[in-house]
Amino acid sequence: MKGIEAFKELAHLLKNEPTVLANGYISREFFNVTDRKENFYMIGSMGLASSIGLGVALAQPERKTLILDGDGNVLMSMGTLAMIAACAPKNLIHIVIDNEVYESTGSQRTLSHEIKLEEVAKSAGYKQALRVTRPEEIRPAYEKLVQAEGPVFLLIKVEPAFDASQGRVTHTPEEIRDRFMESIVG
Amino acid sequence: MLSSKIFVDKLQGHGFDFFTGVPCSLLSGLIAELEADREAGYIPSVREDAGVGLCAGAYMGGKRPVLLMQNSGFGYSLNAFTSLNLIYKIPVLVIMSWRGCGGKDAPEHIIMGDINEQLLKTSGMEYAVLDENNADQVLSTALKKIKDEKVPYTLLVKKGLFDERH
Repeated sequence: MKGIEAFKELAHLLKNEPTVLANGYISREFFNVTDRKENFYMIGSMGLASSIGLGVALAQPERKTLILDGDGNVLMSMGTLAMIAACAPKNLIHIVIDNEVYESTGSQRTLSHEIKLEEVAKSAGYKQALRVTRPEEIRPAYEKLVQAEGPVFLLIKVEPAFDASQGRVTHTPEEIRDRFMESIVG
Repeated sequence: MLSSKIFVDKLQGHGFDFFTGVPCSLLSGLIAELEADREAGYIPSVREDAGVGLCAGAYMGGKRPVLLMQNSGFGYSLNAFTSLNLIYKIPVLVIMSWRGCGGKDAPEHIIMGDINEQLLKTSGMEYAVLDENNADQVLSTALKKIKDEKVPYTLLVKKGLFDERH
């Protein structure tokens, strides 16, 4: 499956959940699929999508909060998996688009071909951690996890297939922040 | 000396309601107070940059966060400040211990201690040196920066300002 197929599946499933998106092709590709005000596009600060998402989830315990992360980001901040598990926000869903490479910088390999990140998350203490490899598996897995008590983890294996001709996020960082905050706290 | 308990009360009195950090012995009294205070809900961060991310998310979710760290952690979190807080305009109050201040400390602290203020200035991070008489004044400046300019504000803490509990 291509990343874009996973994003299109996910786009149908999302409602008004605050969603923190990792830098690189994840933000860019999802922006081109569905540009919601609830999307916080992280353009720098690699590795921090997970901690930003944890902060939102803890500040807004009544709202389902999503992190749309990448394998490179998760590997860079593995300690944050422990923070998420220890804080145990019931409203947090951590989705990882795993293409096994740093695709936006030229597809250098990460370590996730050898390391199963959903097993790392499970061992850290996430309540549930699932792996899917086909587009039709995304909806049932997501629906199961969205009803479960968090923190939960969904790893979506994809092939490196980012279309670099796609535009970058056109909003300025301050616009991204304003829209995101307005969608949460009004 | 500044009482950790009184300073935590002042932070909460200024509306700060989310606390995380990576410890330093110079901040051990402060962290002990925060950990003893259920309402403060102090969260141990694994790294200082993760603390920066955590505070950024908490701020956007409606909190007024405080991040405690040793100045060694400033190096780890520099990219987070420059490519997250400073460009999105996401404020946070940073309480940073100034190890190596005046060149008297363990070897690993000497260089950062020497360049600490310079590095803050170069990065566009506004700061004040906290002392036992200026807490109210620097906290009101910090709050103004956080509310009006939406930038991080750092309070540098020298050895001996707070009681140490280790």
